[in-house]
Amino acid sequence: MSALNFAPQAAAAPFGKRVWAQATTEAGLILRNGEQAILAIVIPVAVLIGAKFFGDRLGLDLQEMAPSVLALVIWSSCLTTLAIATGFERRYNVLERISATPLGKPGILLGKGLGISLITVGQIVILSIIGLLVGWRPEFTLASFLVAALVVVLSMGAFTGLALVISGSLRPEATLALANLMYLVGMPLGILLPVDRFPAWAQPVINALPTGALGETLRQSAQGEAIFWPLLVAALWCVVTLLLARKVFTWTS
Amino acid sequence: MPVLKARDLTLSFGTKRALDGLSLQAEAGRITALLGPNGAGKTTFIRCCTGLTRPDGGSLTLFDAEPGAPEVLPRIGLMPQTTGAWSGITAARLLKYLSRLYANPQPVAQLMDLLGIDEFADTTYRRLSGGQQQAVNLAGALIGRPDLVFLDEPSAGLDPRSRRSTWDLLGRIRGDGVGILLTTHDMHEAEALADYVYIVDRGRVTAEGTVADLTVDASLEDAFLTHTTGDRQ
Repeated sequence: MSALNFAPQAAAAPFGKRVWAQATTEAGLILRNGEQAILAIVIPVAVLIGAKFFGDRLGLDLQEMAPSVLALVIWSSCLTTLAIATGFERRYNVLERISATPLGKPGILLGKGLGISLITVGQIVILSIIGLLVGWRPEFTLASFLVAALVVVLSMGAFTGLALVISGSLRPEATLALANLMYLVGMPLGILLPVDRFPAWAQPVINALPTGALGETLRQSAQGEAIFWPLLVAALWCVVTLLLARKVFTWTS
Repeated sequence: MPVLKARDLTLSFGTKRALDGLSLQAEAGRITALLGPNGAGKTTFIRCCTGLTRPDGGSLTLFDAEPGAPEVLPRIGLMPQTTGAWSGITAARLLKYLSRLYANPQPVAQLMDLLGIDEFADTTYRRLSGGQQQAVNLAGALIGRPDLVFLDEPSAGLDPRSRRSTWDLLGRIRGDGVGILLTTHDMHEAEALADYVYIVDRGRVTAEGTVADLTVDASLEDAFLTHTTGDRQ
């Protein structure tokens, strides 16, 4: 046998390094998964290009659709991708395994949040560049940009909370089905379809959804308008879903 | 000197009583075996020790601290009973990731060499055989140079050669001062490895002692059959 010595010499790596290890590992696994890559990049790019060439005929021009696509990738990554990945981590005892390391439960959750944030920010950058290349001309002001950034962060928290509620309480197969269904149902409910396309009675309902708050903020902000009500909506959803996740999330399935 | 002390642990899942007054302890540099049928509460007990599950009652300490405490987690290693890894991660990538969580990890390449993992280092976890997955899981439990390792049925599904090689390694780890708590329902494994055996049934210890103590009148299998009531799953 080799000269390895197993005498105990245990010590944790610094907290930041542990969380970074978790975040980069999770992000790498998601990026290497072909199905996730389709959800992450191919579908949003297809929507952007579709809006460029056919948007006018559908009443959804590129100037409106480009920020909507940014909302779409935040919705898909922070909800659908995260929920499915976490559901199967519970099934395969990954969470059980890594919760018994110095990472601990808080480190796992922080690492997961950071990992999915890395992917989402990467998507936003890539899709913004593609959008600019195909003719998107946003007119952000400083105020509208700051409001948009804040609502994006709060929305990511809200969608992450929803993902953890679903994946931490249902079987992975049910999580897979529900997360994909929510992705599809959320698309028209404020993510891709502007709220003013809905009948007047339905608009307050869409505005009160996290999907409506995010989509509307990004569209208005890109036109230079800073609207503040979505801050409240996104913050409420963020707090409620994360608290609910804390209550219902279980580490094994 | 016990590094793990459990006293009168109770835990129920709904109407099912998983732990029912379980008391035991484990020491550094010794192999402690929990021998019991499926459903006896062995895996539940390990989950309590790693802080994954909280007992309803009783007391449980590791290194005189709460399970799951930040000062405890670096000092334990866990080899779960099944899987325990992302299906799409390679063996090498998983071990490198785990090593990044520790300040003084074992050298990954040497550990992989010792356990024969380098032959399938770039194979994703889902494509590994059961025995290969067990080797990766054992490496993962040892990578942080722990004081105490929990091995949940460490040789289940291994062929005789791999099983013997795993037993040799566990003997060596014990010799280096690491405490080992393993669960098994394999009499040969308990006889070959354990310094002390707890027979567990229906969430409580029904007999305990060294293998010699438990086999004064009959075989270990006879002791097991006498002190357990059967598979509940």
